[in-house]
Amino acid sequence: MAKRLISLTVNGSKVEREVEDRRLLIHFLREDLRLTGAHVGCETSHCGACTVDMDGKSVKSCTVFAVQADGSNIRTIEGMAQADGSLHPLQEGFRMQHGLQCGFCTPGMIMRSYRFLQENPNPTEEEIRMGISGNLCRCTGYQNIVKAIRYAADKINQIPMKEAAE
Amino acid sequence: MNSQSVQQRQEKLEGIGCKRKRVEDIRFVQGKGNYVDDFVFPGMVFGDFVRSPYAHARIKKIDKSAALALPGVKAVLTAEDLIPLNLHYMPTLAGDVQAVLAHEKVLFQNQEVAFVIAEDRYIAADAVELVQVEYEELPVLVDPFKAMEPGAPVLREDLKDKTSGAHGPRKHPNHIFTWEAGDKQATDAAFDKAEVTIKELISYQRVHPSPLETCASLASMDKINGELTLYGTFQAPHVVRTVASLIAGIPEHKIRVISPDIGGGFGNKVGVYPGYVMSVVGSIVLGVPVKWTEGRIANLSTTAFARDYHMTGELAATKDGKITGLRAHVIANHGAFDACADPTKFPAGLFSICTGSYDIPVAHVEVDGVYTNKAPGGVAYRCSFRVTEAAYMIERLIDILAQKLNMDPAELRWKNLIQPGQFPYKSALGWEYDSGNYPAAMKKALEAIGYQNLRAEQAQRIADFKAGKTRDLMGIGVSFFTEIVGAGPSKNCDILGIGMFDSCEIRVHPTGAAIARLGTKSQGQGHETTYAQILATETGIPADRITIEEGDTDTAPYGLGTYGSRSTPVGGAACSRAGRKIRQKAQMIAAHLLEVHHDDLEWDVDGFYVKGAPEKRKSMKELAWAAYNNVPPGMEMGLEAVDYYDPPNFTYPFGAYICVTDIDADTGEAKVRRFYALDDCGTRINPMIIEGQIHGGLTEAFGIAMGQIVDYDEAGNVQNASFMDYFLPTAVETPHWETDYTETPSPHHPIGAKGVGESPNVGGVPAFSNALNDAFVKFGGIHTQMPHTAPRIWGYAKELGLAA
Amino acid sequence: MIPARFDYHRPQSKRQALEMLGQVLGDGRILAGGHSLIPMMKLRIAAPAHLIDISRIGELKGIAIRGSDIEIGAMTTQHELIASDSLAEACPIIREAAKLIADPQVRYCGTLGGNIGNGDPGNDMPGLMQCLNATYVLESMKGVRVVPARSFYAGAYSTALKDGELLTKVRFTAPPKGHGYAYKKLKRKVGDYATAAAAVILQMADGKVSQASIALTNVADTPLYAKDASDRIAGTSLQSADIDAAVAAAEAIARPAADSRGSVEYRTKMAGVMVRRALMEAAGRSSATAGQSVSPDKKEHKAGGLFGWLKG
Repeated sequence: MAKRLISLTVNGSKVEREVEDRRLLIHFLREDLRLTGAHVGCETSHCGACTVDMDGKSVKSCTVFAVQADGSNIRTIEGMAQADGSLHPLQEGFRMQHGLQCGFCTPGMIMRSYRFLQENPNPTEEEIRMGISGNLCRCTGYQNIVKAIRYAADKINQIPMKEAAE
Repeated sequence: MNSQSVQQRQEKLEGIGCKRKRVEDIRFVQGKGNYVDDFVFPGMVFGDFVRSPYAHARIKKIDKSAALALPGVKAVLTAEDLIPLNLHYMPTLAGDVQAVLAHEKVLFQNQEVAFVIAEDRYIAADAVELVQVEYEELPVLVDPFKAMEPGAPVLREDLKDKTSGAHGPRKHPNHIFTWEAGDKQATDAAFDKAEVTIKELISYQRVHPSPLETCASLASMDKINGELTLYGTFQAPHVVRTVASLIAGIPEHKIRVISPDIGGGFGNKVGVYPGYVMSVVGSIVLGVPVKWTEGRIANLSTTAFARDYHMTGELAATKDGKITGLRAHVIANHGAFDACADPTKFPAGLFSICTGSYDIPVAHVEVDGVYTNKAPGGVAYRCSFRVTEAAYMIERLIDILAQKLNMDPAELRWKNLIQPGQFPYKSALGWEYDSGNYPAAMKKALEAIGYQNLRAEQAQRIADFKAGKTRDLMGIGVSFFTEIVGAGPSKNCDILGIGMFDSCEIRVHPTGAAIARLGTKSQGQGHETTYAQILATETGIPADRITIEEGDTDTAPYGLGTYGSRSTPVGGAACSRAGRKIRQKAQMIAAHLLEVHHDDLEWDVDGFYVKGAPEKRKSMKELAWAAYNNVPPGMEMGLEAVDYYDPPNFTYPFGAYICVTDIDADTGEAKVRRFYALDDCGTRINPMIIEGQIHGGLTEAFGIAMGQIVDYDEAGNVQNASFMDYFLPTAVETPHWETDYTETPSPHHPIGAKGVGESPNVGGVPAFSNALNDAFVKFGGIHTQMPHTAPRIWGYAKELGLAA
Repeated sequence: MIPARFDYHRPQSKRQALEMLGQVLGDGRILAGGHSLIPMMKLRIAAPAHLIDISRIGELKGIAIRGSDIEIGAMTTQHELIASDSLAEACPIIREAAKLIADPQVRYCGTLGGNIGNGDPGNDMPGLMQCLNATYVLESMKGVRVVPARSFYAGAYSTALKDGELLTKVRFTAPPKGHGYAYKKLKRKVGDYATAAAAVILQMADGKVSQASIALTNVADTPLYAKDASDRIAGTSLQSADIDAAVAAAEAIARPAADSRGSVEYRTKMAGVMVRRALMEAAGRSSATAGQSVSPDKKEHKAGGLFGWLKG
């Protein structure tokens, strides 16, 4: 079948691959690039487990074709650690506040939270809950996820963060 | 040895009671979990199913030719291909059989009809569309109450000559079993002479556990060595290995089953599904690894559902509110195949816990299981077997009785709670509850929520509503549940004949670190963190020096897996006892090194010291080293222990939950204003993890009570089988949870722990439902069925004349 | 989960997009935000042979406010609509409604044009556009035409858009400063389509409604501009009887589908409840009546219902 060459930036590195037009971005990330952090949890674009950060937006990668990402700048959970290898405040917050159990929603939840805190650096609990309303979790009941995001917001606001790629 | 030093050393260990941060998180927050779909093997191919659009139909013809002609398609398998292998049906855990691929007829919508294997999942999806199946539709049966009518469509033609099943005689072709417990005569007598009785049909709707990761497997048959490696979303990997050996005819030592990281189970991943079998068959046929992953719609509409229990419950009581008897008849809808994952002697699970937390002198329950044209099952969705159904029934019945007696529901409970002095308590249906102080928990809960004030507020709200000053109703739901978990004693609990013990094997390394493997399997419960805490307390080795492994049947000792909250009661007990064996051997080594008798030694957090001479001490670290070079004469080197624990009894966690809900009578919308949950799970290993389990379980209970249902129309078309319609609450709908606890250790458990993961689902659903129903009690409402969606609540309000 | 095959095209300009659209006609679909179309393709309910991705064509984006004339490019996303403070000041109902659409991720991608153009009766913007009496600019290789939102929708997924046409802009006149507005959406949970929703714009003068516009969402196979209800409330001082009559007129035109969101009866009644609450809220927000008790004998003690805090 015909394939098309796409070229994009993923976690700061340039990537070029040939893909079928119908190939979904989630499969491209997971199978072509072996970035298996983003997960598939449904087929109707509801669960958010596939969420990545694309061109400054939270995007469900199951609802985007890889060809649409040609020329885009994508950040996945694998690109969240700091330049020195230490955890991003969100990753640390999720651990410190017990914001995960089975871990399946976690990459999507963290990637969404990352963009959310850019939109709203000092959110209320109500705003956090609305902010993650596109991400389902079956294990935690969300309460500790809210605390984790709040932890990260506090940490980010105190310490200036150097982003690896924006 | 001052006490501050003891405390410091205990903190360093991170043992039982510590809010230890989770080991698992380090990989999960970096996206480095290893779930089944993350694995890739060389030459791997993909399989997917052709599924039936009809709920009940004969298969006239299957034409594979167009699919086989598509480049990249490797095989298209149907029942015809499985018959020579005798694999077209597989045994279920409930003594029935289930079609792996539909043979001659289909029995539920989306049933598996053919398995297509292709180079990649895109080609497989295209090939699925190209398989042509001709069906002849048959009349559909979806109402379990109609299943045993004369003239009802006969579903299981494969059983048509069988007048008895695994659990006794069958009274109709669509009948599966009748199971009963208790004393019918004494119970009927109690009802005959009762001053007050109530009777109500309480339905627990069909729902689905819906973990975020769907089911998947990856099978690789190595033809040269005759070895099968099977990765899968298995809550019970060893059971899968044994079942795979029995049905595939491969000797068990040649099968390796691996459950890697699992993205939530909640009971969905206990049973064996056609997808697992077909990935194995595919790999055997093609000689390459075959991966099967399931879509969400398939998951919700074909893997094991939960509940679908229709319980006609009755209570007999004195007019002062002392309960004198309980009676229940249940119609259990198992769908097309009884694929219930229950211990074999319990086709209705542990439903007989339905006398609950109350001292009921006599009881009798009877359950009739039936077949319908729905997905097969059911499983225990975040509960012990049928315990949510039992708890829901008794907690609703108590409220209904309270209403009839014009008594406060908390007061009626208070009057009937089992008292502390009655433990161990023998229930009328045969269970021996291990421990509990119910009144203390009840009192604590009522005080914490400000119960009297809430009732006063509610009375004012009712007056305001009647005066037209408000359109909001208010409900207060009380739930005092006792659940039965930790299956279970092998004398009455087995899965396919294997006793429901569990196991732990520990090996301590020379430098004082250790690895422990267990037969349970975490799907998010944090076992890598908590079992290490138990071992840290028992052995004095710091938790962060202990690796915990589960899920690889080549290395883990045999276990029955994780479901029904059994890991702590059974696995945790094996873990603690194995740890004690390590400590016992270490004590002998210490005695040898310190040149004293082992009775002269005292255990002190992380080592032994000589009684009266505390400076003469050996730490566990030193003893580990010594185990490899300096042991007493006649003793083996090394420091290992194994424990297989057959529990003497189940454990009985309990709790008191109170829910306050406001209802908009004009739209039917309900909003939970407050939810207080007090749990008693005995000894608390990691309070942070316990709290997380409660939050998660309450959220699942909230979903079930307020919106979840897998419904079917008259033609058997499944409704709500996608995340568009199946109600999974987001962070916005999910209430804030207030958690609290009491601690009544289990006397028969080595560390007194009872298990807690499922309590919130067991106790939560009745709390939400009782709150909803309570809002209408003073307006003449008695019982409205779940799920309590806005349209249903509005309809109920309208029936009662409260909405137009 | 896996869509059928198609050919992907990425035009660099509006003209190029129209050329491509003219070539593929019925075999092709526009890919805007993709969050209505791609889910349908993944379930194989839709299987276009060609997809024309217009998401990077700058001339299709943008919010232009000239006095009270507002023109919004079809490729403006919900996120951009919400973020625009100038739009929120000129016409706040748009931000309020956009915040109730789907979830944050979908709002980053979903466009105004996609929401109003595909004829999905569940979408929120069509009813809103009818309430605002907006017009849609439709362009093709053959030229440009303008169709009012109130005449654009024929049935479910059936609109006035012809093969080869692209909806490029939405135009409307912002209601005068100080107008009252409300978008009330009853739904099962965040992110859901409406069980029933009502958009209301009111202008008040001397305690009376000088102009009213009411539209309903997802209670028929198209959005419904509730002309009778609007006419009935205009000129009144929003007494109970007036509101009751407007509600009855709204219920009379509702013909919802029965589904998991509720029965026909329930959804019809809820359309009425949403209209009632939207009227109350809109009146309360109108600067001509702000702070005043609008209806002396009103029954509700709060206009927002239990979920009033959800409004933007």
